[in-house]
Amino acid sequence: MTVFLLRRLLQAIGVVFAMSVLVFIGVYAIGDPVEILISPDADQIERERAIEALGLNLPLWRQYLVFLGNALQGDLGRSFVFNEPALQLILQRMPATLELAFGAMFIAILLGLPLGLYAGLRPNSIGSKVIMAGSILGFSLPTFWVGLMLIMVFAVQLGWLPSTGRGETVEVLGMRWSFLTWNGLQHLLMPAFNLALFKISLVIRLTRAGVRETVLMDYVKFARAKGLSPSRVTFVHVFKNILIPVVTVVGLELGSTIAFSVVTESVFAWPGMGKLIIDSINVLDRPVIVAYLMMIVLMFITINLIVDVTYSVLDPRVRLESKA
Amino acid sequence: MTTPPTLEVRNLRTHFFTRAGVVKAVDDVSFTVDRGKVLGLVGESGSGKSVTGFSIIGLVDPPGRIVEGQILFQGRDLTKLSEEEMRDLRGNRIAMIFQDPMMTLNPVLRIDTQMIETVLAHQKVSREEARQRARDALGQVGIPSPDERLKAYPHQFSGGMRQRVAIAIALLHKPDLIIADEPTTALDVTIQGQILAEAQKLCAESGTALIWITHDLSVVAGLADDIAVMYAGKVVEEGPVAEVLDAPLHPYTLGLIGSVPSRNRRGEPLRQIPGMTPSLLNLPAGCAFRSRCPRAEPRCAEPPPMAEYRPGRFARCIHPHLEEVAAA
Ligand SMILES: Nc1ncnc2c1ncn2[C@@H]1O[C@H](COP(=O)(O)OP(=O)(O)OP(=O)(O)O)[C@@H](O)[C@H]1O
Ligand code: SF4
Ligand SMILES: [Mg+2]
Repeated sequence: MTVFLLRRLLQAIGVVFAMSVLVFIGVYAIGDPVEILISPDADQIERERAIEALGLNLPLWRQYLVFLGNALQGDLGRSFVFNEPALQLILQRMPATLELAFGAMFIAILLGLPLGLYAGLRPNSIGSKVIMAGSILGFSLPTFWVGLMLIMVFAVQLGWLPSTGRGETVEVLGMRWSFLTWNGLQHLLMPAFNLALFKISLVIRLTRAGVRETVLMDYVKFARAKGLSPSRVTFVHVFKNILIPVVTVVGLELGSTIAFSVVTESVFAWPGMGKLIIDSINVLDRPVIVAYLMMIVLMFITINLIVDVTYSVLDPRVRLESKA
Repeated sequence: MTTPPTLEVRNLRTHFFTRAGVVKAVDDVSFTVDRGKVLGLVGESGSGKSVTGFSIIGLVDPPGRIVEGQILFQGRDLTKLSEEEMRDLRGNRIAMIFQDPMMTLNPVLRIDTQMIETVLAHQKVSREEARQRARDALGQVGIPSPDERLKAYPHQFSGGMRQRVAIAIALLHKPDLIIADEPTTALDVTIQGQILAEAQKLCAESGTALIWITHDLSVVAGLADDIAVMYAGKVVEEGPVAEVLDAPLHPYTLGLIGSVPSRNRRGEPLRQIPGMTPSLLNLPAGCAFRSRCPRAEPRCAEPPPMAEYRPGRFARCIHPHLEEVAAA
């Protein structure tokens, strides 16, 4: 296991390095922040002083080396706009996005697994046809539209749930969290459900396909031939096998949920990283964009690693190979 | 009052109601297995052997259904039992062993889990006692250091060892009837021999009745007391194994024997049964073997009844080999 982890860590460092080059070049290519940041009335001398202060006069590779050197010391640059460390800006907004994403995944599993299990065990029942039709809607309706509809119905018409913001927060571990207060939880529910919609459909389909495949396996028939109760066959023999693909995909989806919570955050004015990145792109706040992208890369790598480890805990066959 | 035989199957019909039509996988099958006896159930692929086995243990899944017949287990008709009552028998009084040992054990559960749950499904004992029983069963089928092996996962065993584990699971409750569905087909010959010897010993010692499904006549010859030959969902010949193999009555049985390599006929080409197994979806009226049978005659267009041509020798053919044909 240690060797396995070490190897994965080395791979991760390589990936981060490669991504830093790509991200840096990519962001450099999207426009000239000077035009946006420096007032058009500024004279030539002022302009040059500003350009120098921002380090924009250096050639690209020098800028990259400066960035890399600072990054290795945990400094991803200062925001041009807020004049604050970019990393700090992002970290401040991270809890909001994290709780939104985790909330969404939680809802997706809570609803998706049982619905998928039911649809897989009784593929011809009316209930399962309704579930499958619903999952197609979940896949195809645009997130922002569903978000607006949710606000219309539950916030405007019924007035049950608040439509914007995080509500009350509590500080734990130096970060502010909404899900620990009743009011915050109410604020979280609708955006999390909105973000979860696509994932619920995904989990339902994945679970159903897994169940349909697994119930045909000889080992399930053998389990029945041993005289086990139907619930033991379903919840131990079938369930443990479908958990492997579901955990993998759900885990990998967590990264994209965090990365692309942008839409939901915009609709519900949820003050997370997604909203910050949209604002930063609008004003070409390069350090923030680069820092954000690097954070996302790191997050994907970490999530993949956690998924691999979980996977090996669930699947004894993988565990053995990684030991060797 | 005489005790009833362990198993008596009477006119069993199990059909699959598929979109393409009704597949008569088992269509009028009857046989009897007594205590401590071994019945060899042979036939080509698709002849309905496995479906017969699953019908007995009550695991025919939709679109399949037992449409007719009786399955008398120690005198009790299994087709009349509720699912609950069947579950009590399964893995307890009637056990089944499957063909592919690589697929019968759940890959993500440890051996001990899979054995202990079987003990606990039928007996109220402590986990510790159940584990003890599991360990003893592993030892009984010749698995070395069973204590350690209990904690292993299926992929850590070879195919032969996995089949032994499956057999150990089948033996946990000392069943009265074991249905072994080609349990040695996937194994190499030495291991096959060992498992056969153990199976034989077990039946003789404990009085367990055994149905050994196979398409390998040489396995049946050494193991079984009686043989039932299936063709297209029907038993076409039944009788004591030595007599049937010596002087088969049914042309299909003769063809099967001819296609097995034998020492006496070394050098001669193997005889093949011409033609293919007919589709079960639209079987011709009359004898299903007609299109491949060298002895076919117009009368065979009528369905031939099962008839006793010699004492204890049954065949479903109107023109059987009653003259002395040397099969070997
Ligand atoms: N679920 C099913 N749906 C439709 N037809 C089925 C189903 N299961 C089995 N059959 C049909 O029943 C027939 C008998 O199958 P069975 O598995 O009993 O054959 P077998 O004699 O065991 O063959 P093999 O030696 O290949 O195991 C086959 O022709 C098969 O097509
Ligand atoms: S009934 Fe006729 S066709 Fe069928 S096996 Fe006998 S002789 Fe051949
Ligand atoms: Mg079979």
